Amino acid sequence: MSTLLDNLDLFTEGFKNTLILFFFSAIFALILGTVVGAMRVSPVPAARAAGTVYVNLVRNTPLTLILFFFALGYPKLGLPQISFMVAAIIGLSLYTATYIAETIRSGINTVPIGQAEAARAIGLDFGQTLSLVVLPQALRAVIPPLFSVLIALLKNTTIAAGFSVMEAGSIRANLSERGEPAMASLLWVAFFFIVLVALLSLLQRHFEKKWKVAR
Amino acid sequence: MRKLFTRRPAALGAAAAVLALTLSACGGSSGGSPSDSAAAGGDAPYTVAKDVSLTGSPTFDKIKSNDKIRIGVKQDQPGLGFKDAATGEFSGFDVEIAKWIAASLGYDKSKIEFKPIPSANRESAIQNGDIDYYVGTYSITDKRKKQIDFAGPYFVTGQGLLVKKDNTTINSEKDLGGKKVCSATGSTPIQNIRENFKSATPVEFETYSQCVDSLKSGSVDAVTTDQAILLGYAAQDPDNLKVVGQPFTTEKYGVGLPKGDAALRHFVNKMFTDGKDTWTKIYDSTLGTSGTKVEQPSVDDYQ
Repeated sequence: MSTLLDNLDLFTEGFKNTLILFFFSAIFALILGTVVGAMRVSPVPAARAAGTVYVNLVRNTPLTLILFFFALGYPKLGLPQISFMVAAIIGLSLYTATYIAETIRSGINTVPIGQAEAARAIGLDFGQTLSLVVLPQALRAVIPPLFSVLIALLKNTTIAAGFSVMEAGSIRANLSERGEPAMASLLWVAFFFIVLVALLSLLQRHFEKKWKVAR
Repeated sequence: MRKLFTRRPAALGAAAAVLALTLSACGGSSGGSPSDSAAAGGDAPYTVAKDVSLTGSPTFDKIKSNDKIRIGVKQDQPGLGFKDAATGEFSGFDVEIAKWIAASLGYDKSKIEFKPIPSANRESAIQNGDIDYYVGTYSITDKRKKQIDFAGPYFVTGQGLLVKKDNTTINSEKDLGGKKVCSATGSTPIQNIRENFKSATPVEFETYSQCVDSLKSGSVDAVTTDQAILLGYAAQDPDNLKVVGQPFTTEKYGVGLPKGDAALRHFVNKMFTDGKDTWTKIYDSTLGTSGTKVEQPSVDDYQ
């Protein structure tokens, strides 16, 4: 307990930044992921190709490498400088978006083809078909895997500790230098992660109930 | 819209090739060769003791039954604890101190197993018995003394600053306002910067070498950690790097020992106290090659 109370400054700062990373990355990943998921089922071959290449390229790259690029490679390109926090958010968003895209795409596949055909028959174009008819049905089918991806994102944020973002993943290193026992530090960090994941699970259950479909 | 997935092996192959190129470009952190391999030669300033008897030391009993000595060290600090990537040999001041202790206990180089252990895992490695003792820029603090014991100190240094050779704006810690200062993730120096130098921007990477690379490329303005470590990096690349100012904290390096092994601690402390000449020779052949002269600190043989 003293490990936590004596170092509250570290824990609050660390988890605050973890939550910032998580929220912004989750929002951008959901937006980008939905767009890429739509691209992968779109009637335009170029969009399909771009979506496929993006998903396979980024998803097959270890997250550490992506963050490594944005934290250490990007500053050397001579483009506008970004903070390490922003770099981590960009990296995490791009990476997580590939998983979101695939999840959304699998959701789209669960919607009976007749729905899309009927939508087209009444004169909706592709964008309208997707946003008004298919996606609302697809989303509720993929709530569980979508939240799995978000929980994975929450835990993935700790990798940013290696790239100069002071977040939950770096609490242990800080505490070790302050002479705290490693096991107690790790258990406290793990405890807070379990609490955060539990909150996400509650949110998942809420959405599942809200959008339940009678089958 | 059902045409979901067209197979394009050619496009994927090209993407993989691009990725491979990017990867090989990223891995360009070349570890320079250590400048001070003199001490690694045959003329060690200490001799291997024979028939050492040390009663009441569980650590020594374990060393005897294993017939080898396992020492925790650093591997990425030139001049202090550095592993040559090509030969796998360890060299540096800390490594020589570690060999000196082993020799006093009656074990020569061939019986030593060096284990590189990063800062954050030092206490657990000692507590779990993975190593018999640890020598690697290990600062003595009261908090750490609750978990392990320290012999020494065998060296005193403090937080210093490493900058580019052509940098004239940073001359001491007072000039850090608005500058990007880099150190290892969570390390004591970066915590000090975060708390006491609020106008400076802390940058944290996993290793000091990443910080030094960023310093050379200009993405950070200074690297901070114990001055002894910085001197090692400056000695590796004297054309581009320099150490500025005086140490602005005090760090006393000790030998990390398992908690409660007073017999071994007194033995090592006595060795440091009696071995002033050996200490000086070790220093001169490693850190001292940069031309600096330092006195051996007196040992704190606490009861």
